[in-house]
Order: sequence, then C-alpha cells, then structure tokens
Amino acid sequence: AMDTDLSSQDRKDLDKFIKFFALKTVQVIVQARLGEKICTRSSSSPTGSDWFNLAIKDIPEVTHEAKKALAGQLPAVGRSMCVEISLKTSEGDSMELEIWCLEMNEKCDKEIKVSYTVYNRLSLLLKSLLAITRVTPAYRLSRKQGHEYVILYRIYFGEVQLSGLGEGFQTVRVGTVGTPVGTITLSCAYRINLAFMSTRQFERTPPIMGIIIDHFVDRPYPSSSPMHPCNYRAGEDNGAVYPSVEDSQEVCTTSFSTSPPSQCVFTVTKAHFQASPPVVTDTLKVPVMGLAFSHQLSSSRLSCQPAALGVGSADLGYPVLFAGGLNAAHPHQLIGPGREGGVPLIPSQPAHGTQADQERMCTPLDGGHFSAATPSSSEDTETVSNSSEGKCGSPHDLLETIFIRKVGAFVNKPINQVTMANLDIPFAMFAPKNVELEDNDPMVNPPDSPETESPLQGSLHSEGSSGSSTGNTHDDFVMIDFKPAFSKDDILPIDLGTFYREFQNPPQLSSLSIDIGAQSMAEDLDSLPEKLAVHEKNVKEFDAFVETLQ
Amino acid sequence: AEVLEVSVEARQVEEAMLAVLHTVLLHRSTGKFHYKKEGTYSIGTVGTQDVDCDFIDFAYVRVSSEELDRALRKAVREFKDALRNSGSDGMGQISLEFYQKRKSRWPFSDECIPWELWTIKVNVVNLANEQERQICREKVGEKLCEKIINIVEVMNRHEYLPKMPTQSEVDNVFDTSLKDVQPYLYKISYQITDFLGTSVTTTMRRLIKDTLAL
Repeated sequence: AMDTDLSSQDRKDLDKFIKFFALKTVQVIVQARLGEKICTRSSSSPTGSDWFNLAIKDIPEVTHEAKKALAGQLPAVGRSMCVEISLKTSEGDSMELEIWCLEMNEKCDKEIKVSYTVYNRLSLLLKSLLAITRVTPAYRLSRKQGHEYVILYRIYFGEVQLSGLGEGFQTVRVGTVGTPVGTITLSCAYRINLAFMSTRQFERTPPIMGIIIDHFVDRPYPSSSPMHPCNYRAGEDNGAVYPSVEDSQEVCTTSFSTSPPSQCVFTVTKAHFQASPPVVTDTLKVPVMGLAFSHQLSSSRLSCQPAALGVGSADLGYPVLFAGGLNAAHPHQLIGPGREGGVPLIPSQPAHGTQADQERMCTPLDGGHFSAATPSSSEDTETVSNSSEGKCGSPHDLLETIFIRKVGAFVNKPINQVTMANLDIPFAMFAPKNVELEDNDPMVNPPDSPETESPLQGSLHSEGSSGSSTGNTHDDFVMIDFKPAFSKDDILPIDLGTFYREFQNPPQLSSLSIDIGAQSMAEDLDSLPEKLAVHEKNVKEFDAFVETLQ
Repeated sequence: AEVLEVSVEARQVEEAMLAVLHTVLLHRSTGKFHYKKEGTYSIGTVGTQDVDCDFIDFAYVRVSSEELDRALRKAVREFKDALRNSGSDGMGQISLEFYQKRKSRWPFSDECIPWELWTIKVNVVNLANEQERQICREKVGEKLCEKIINIVEVMNRHEYLPKMPTQSEVDNVFDTSLKDVQPYLYKISYQITDFLGTSVTTTMRRLIKDTLAL
C-alpha cells in the first residue's frame, strides 16, 4: 500500500529526515525559552552536519531528553511529540504556558519528492518555527526569567494533553509538510490568561537572594549526570538561565501521561483527606503542585513503598512529602515527622544534599495513622509544637506546620505574607500583595471548626475586612490605602494620595471664625459716620446717577 | 500579493519594517550554493539571530548576514526619510518583490518577472504623551506578532517557488552577490501617499486618542 510506492531508500531518508526534524524542533523551542538571545553564524561552505541547512545548535541534554521521550519512535498518527513549556515560581507554583505539538496525520502526498522537496519544506518549517517561537506570550516571559520564576520544558510522546493550559487557550499553526507517509504538522497551543499580564512587574522586583539551586535540581540518583546550572545570579539581568532539566520530571511525565493514578494526586487530594480539614488540603495542593511531579517519581525510583504504613491511598502522602521535600536545601528545618523515629518517613539523621532529601521524601505520611505511627520518639517533639503554635499531635497541625515551614525555608519573605500569597490563588505573586496580619492568617490560627465548603474563602474574606480596618483615620469612612488611579504626576512633587490625606481636614477659614468677625464689624461701625457725611455731600450726584439707571 | 498594514509612531517605523522584511527574507533565503560536477550542488548553512527592538516591545529572528541586514536597513531608512519629508500625513507603503530574470535576446534587456510581492502599508501616528507612547509600544508589539503569524501562514501555503536552477541559471533566480547567504532575487521599493483631507491618519489619531481617553 503506502510503502510500496516509496522506494526503500526514500523511506529510509524520510524516516531520517523526520527524526532529525523532531530533534531540531525541540532544540529550537527549548533554546527560544532559555531567556537569552540566540545567535548562530551563517557558513557559506557546507559543513555537512547542519541539518536542513540551518545553523541550529544542539544542546546535548536537550537532545538526550528528546531521544529519551521518543524512545526510537517517530511521530505517527496518534503518536505526537509534544514539548511542554511551563513556568515555575520561586514559591513552587507551576503553570503550563505552551504545548508545541509535532503531529502526523494520514493525508499522504505520494507525488512529492522526498530527498528534495520534503527536505526543503522541512527546512522552511524550521524557519517558521524560529519566527513563531518569538511571538507567543511565553517568549517575553522567558526573557525575563530568573528572579521570580523559571521556565521549564518537558518532552513527551503520545497523546497531546492540552488541559493544563486553562480555558480559552489559543492555537497557532507553524506549518505543515506533506510526505508520502503522512502530513507533518507543527503547531502551538498557548495559554492566554497571562497574555495581558505585564512582564514589567518582574523587572521591578529585585532578585531574590539566596535561591537555592538545589530546589530546581532533583537528582534521583547520586551519580546522575550533571544538571544544567540554574544560574540565578542575583543582580544579573539576563543571566544564562537554563531551564532546569529535571531528569525526574522528564521521566515522570512520561509515566504521568500514561498512568492515571498519578494524576489523581493533584486533583482529588481533598477527597482523601478525610481526617483533615480541607483548609490544609487546598493550600497544600496549590503551591506544591509544581514539584509534585518530580517528587513523585523520585519516590518511586527509590523503591519506597507508599503502602508501608498501611495507607489506603498513597495519594495522601504525596503533598506532605513534597512539602517536606521543598526543604531540600534546609534539611534541618524539616519538621516533626522526620524527628519521630518510628515513622519511616524521614531518617532521623538529617542528611545533607539533595540525595538524602530525596530519600527523605520517599515514604508518605498517612494523616490518619500519624498518631499511631509515632512510637517513642527519640527526637525532640518541640519542633512540632513550636511550629504548629501550640497544637500538636494531629495530622492537621502537622500538615499545617509543614506548610509553613516550606514557605519559610524557601524565600526570604515573612512567613505569613508568603503563606497568604500561596493560599488559594496560585501565582498570587502576580496579584497585588496586601499586608498580611498574622492574626488573620488561618495557617497560623486555623479556624476552630472548619467547614467543608470553602474555609479558604472565609479566611480570605475575613482577611479583607480586617485589612480594611487598618489605616483607618476617620470614623466617617474606611480607607485602606488610597491609591488613586493615575495619581503619579511628574509635574507635582507630591503624591495625590498624600495630598488628599493631608488636606482632608483643612482648617476653617479665618474670616468665618467669630473673633475676627467681631473685630471687623467693630471697624465697620466706627467708619459709618464718615461715610454718611460723604454721601450727604454728594446727594445730588447720587440722585442724578440713579435717574440714569431708570 | 500579500498586504500587511501597520500603524506606528515615527520612531518605530524602521524597526517595524525591518522586522517584517527580515521575517520574509528568513523564509526566502538559502545557504550559498556550491555546484559540483554532474549538475549536483550542495548548500551552505544559514545562521539566525534574535533582534530586540528598542522602540517596540517586540523581538524577531533574522538571517545572520550583515550584508543583508545593511541592505535592508538602507532601504528602510530611505523609506522613513521619505515619509518624514513628505509632510504631515505619514502614510506610505514599502514593497518587497521577489522576481526571476529572464534573459532576452539583444537588443531587449532582461525581463524581471515577479513571482511574489509583499506590501507593507504604514501609517504614522503622532502621540501626545509618554503614557500613550508606552501603550503604543505594547500595542505595536502585539500587532507585529500577528503580522509574523500571517507571514508564516503565507509561507506555509507552499505556493510558487522557482525551480532550483542549474549553475548557469542561478543568477536568474538567486542573489548570489552576498558572501554568506543566498536570498531569492528581490527588490525593495516604496511610495508615499500624498493626499490630504480626511485622511486615514486623522481617523487613526482620533481612534487612538479615543481609546486612550481617560
């Protein structure tokens, strides 16, 4: 049928073209998201190694990942190669930005010449890809990465998954090339929610000092190949920030796409947390999600048995793990569970380095079994009690605790502020930050009887109203922080808001005050006789004047 | 013939034109041909580089060839100067035409047969303050993104492309004068629209002002 029309040499060539086209496609996409300008030289004498007559560098790790994902296969009908570009904030929130899809459909072009036309058209398609990768919203985001977020990629092969892009994502087609075995199509589906978000706010934020490189490097094996340095050089603008090639993430995603149970972890944690109030679950779900992938795999890689503690649902444990894992760089800060010797969750010796941290995360914690699983603890329990503000022993608090710690370990921000930023609104960093009061932080003082519905909403509302009570200078009305629109004016040296506040209560006019009024009246009375005399003298003139008016 | 329209500030004209022209030429340039015996040839390698615009929130990819860049900049600068000198209207268009040469017998000169034509209509707007200019930076950047997508769509149609020439014919199809890349034979021309009255400019100005009105 199809193949008999194509000579075997042509078929071999075509397969080779498609394979290298796929590899070059990945290179172009990933390099376009590194955050730096790309520049390659033209060369008039053919080098023989530049596929499609284009100078596209081959980053070895990227080729490695692509080959791993393809696993010797080629894009075919129903088997697409996808490059997913996502953003991860320093707080751990992660969001898919784009999915680039290299697909094959059944429409064949038998007449086309493989070695010539197909090759040249593939070259043209790569040029289009170079152009298009600069015009989707993620490009500008990636050029500003390094301070508050990084751009990551993952490659997978199989069915295209667009659900992570949110609603209303847009698609742009890069191009198609017909071949005798099918039509190759290259397209990009991209999230548009961030499209209108100005990237300027990232410029204004000073780089976060002390971002732990380890966070972005998950090494399941102690002897794994060196990772890409994530060069977050504080103060440097467009540092050569590499998207972190998270090995575990890459492999994880391959399994992610094919194994449904792993998907459940992130969406139905609420259901599984029967013992704990949803408050904690919600908050845990969001910020942790970004790391969930990698940690999940790393745990399976180390052959830990989630069922070890008799946990019904392994899902229960993962969010907790990850929270723990997020402290990878600060093993000392790892909380309670680690210290209770009986729980095989975390070894009592705080190990150093990420390798040990991985082990640490390996066994899940079962909230329900927690209290039972804590035999005589040789370690101090004060860590637990301290962090959970006087409450201890219940899984709720423990999870809470972990949550707080996770935040504290990571960024140099006040705990409560960052906690709030993580609550319910992922990427809350993109939203205006409010000044948080610790009292209003439900993580510090969780509501006593949490409702199943949305205690999170409740906490947010209460925070809002309490926030409005601060900064109140008048009984008449409540003003939180007066930020009048367009209030910044280069001409006026004073901020309109300040002006408004200062002149809200102007002093009374002096002429309206009684003392001064009385004084002037006295003066008036004294001058009356003089004035009357003048008028009497000129009475004839006045009368004549009045007549002219009539 | 493909027609693209952009409304830009005066200082954005050059970058916007270069972005479009370079994107088209990226798709219409190959590596240098090296003909070997028996009519076969090998093709050199085309390098690419990112260009950031100074007056527009935009970046594009161009072919790594200083000669080509110089040629385009020269043409665009002439166009920009002509626009500026024409008067207050600020309307014009710049065209990029790809052609093939057909040798004629003496005494007739060679024919130039166009096979693809790109026209960019430009409308120059004047903005009143820095706020408007900032918005313009972003808006023009977004518009240019759309233009790039349009260009790529057209390129993907795989419409007519000249046959690959033999060695003797190569100069009728390609511009072989550059040392590092080989674009198809092209020429750039422009014209300035010179009428007054209720010109499009005024309408555009009003539209932009209305949009920006507080």
